[in-house]
Amino acid sequence: MIVQRKSDIFFSSLAVGILLMCLIFLDAAVSRHLDRDLVLERREIVKVLALTDLCLFTEARYTRHPSMADLHTPFQDHPLALEHFPSGAIMTIPPHLKPQAQR
Amino acid sequence: MGAIEKQRHILDFTLSSLGRRKGKNIALVLVYTFVIFLLASVLFLTDALKKEASLILQDSPDITVQRLVAGRQDLIPLHYSDAISQIRGVQSVEPRLWGYYYDDLSGANYTLMVNPELNDHGGEIIIGTGVSRRNAPGRQDQALGKKDVIPFKTYEGSVVALTVRGLLPSASELVSADLVLLSATDFRKIFPFAQDQATDLVLKVRNSKELATIAAKIIQLHPDCRPIVREDILRTYDAVFDWRGGATLMVLSGVFFAFIILAWDKATGLSAEEKREIGILKAIGWETSDILLMKFWEGAAVSLTAFFMGIFLAYLHIFLTSPLLFAPFLKGWSVLYPHFRLTPAINGYQIAVLFFLTVIPYTVVTIVPSWRSATIDPDSVMRM
Repeated sequence: MIVQRKSDIFFSSLAVGILLMCLIFLDAAVSRHLDRDLVLERREIVKVLALTDLCLFTEARYTRHPSMADLHTPFQDHPLALEHFPSGAIMTIPPHLKPQAQR
Repeated sequence: MGAIEKQRHILDFTLSSLGRRKGKNIALVLVYTFVIFLLASVLFLTDALKKEASLILQDSPDITVQRLVAGRQDLIPLHYSDAISQIRGVQSVEPRLWGYYYDDLSGANYTLMVNPELNDHGGEIIIGTGVSRRNAPGRQDQALGKKDVIPFKTYEGSVVALTVRGLLPSASELVSADLVLLSATDFRKIFPFAQDQATDLVLKVRNSKELATIAAKIIQLHPDCRPIVREDILRTYDAVFDWRGGATLMVLSGVFFAFIILAWDKATGLSAEEKREIGILKAIGWETSDILLMKFWEGAAVSLTAFFMGIFLAYLHIFLTSPLLFAPFLKGWSVLYPHFRLTPAINGYQIAVLFFLTVIPYTVVTIVPSWRSATIDPDSVMRM
């Protein structure tokens, strides 16, 4: 009877792991190829309607359109108001609003 | 015995040794897998969103001109476009009429935007699929469709009923879920915009290399204006979803410190059983280098198993099941949120970052305490 060595099982599972990684990259490449039309459609909408932002967070106006926001909107209630929208906490400040980028 | 055969024998022994502490090692692999899963999920999600934004927003307006009053965005007079359109290189200047509308019935915020094509179709709107899902009072299971009517409260308190003329394609939900397109007349019924005012101006520029120069000229002409060039928009999404900043970094550092504690626990010492095992191996003739090899294989077996499982599960989580774990975080207080599938954006850099942040440190900290034990006299190690 042939007894399978533990190292064989380890190397087999390692090969399965590497194969899974290859499958992930393959799936990503195939999805990118298949989604080309989808991306073009989204680009067309952006172009036709002159849109500037992704519709990810609709809870506050500065998170709905972060690129169009100004520095003061997160503190619109009063100058010492704390940021209270969850999405406002995830997002970092757009680079063009940082003081050194102010034109 | 060949070098490869020697390694295999050591590996066989290492795996048997791991098997003797099955419960502890399975728990370790599960926790380790979860840490890598969380790190990889954050990395995959933020990179996919960044990639999506950079692809889709390539065709956003060349320059958007806002007017600022007392530090806040204000309505821009239409006559500002006369001087701006005279700047050399500017192809066209179009006013945009848009704003936010809070819908009492659904509790959602919509973006109302004028579409010139609807100017001949007063009383009609085109809506995003997100709006169609939310705006069906009493019919939550059924989305709004053509000919349905949505009431909008005007600034004067009266109600304007607008009929749905069509829906924006669901494929574009990532940019249009909350959009309500309407005619300029209907827009001005809802919001108190004067005829000579717009929300902002969008410019088309002949040569994209001149964007910065044109932006500077706009500020010279109208110092109260703020031009936002397309690169600013693209950079915004690069920064917003930068995993090395903001709350994402906080989440990641929590996970990373959990991992450091795990690794530290491993590094600060071996269990008495592990030390005895090392002592016995030394006593029966194993070299220090063999013991280090054994511990290297132990670290590699645990960390590689967790690494492959963690990354694979993170990929399934983000790209095939929609980010279930992050959904409450992403939705926040939003009533209306887009349903979309992200195009996978993974690359060797992400995998290398994860590998060097997790596998390498763990493997190293497994070897260090073993080296300390392996260099002590076997007799004293066994007596511990």
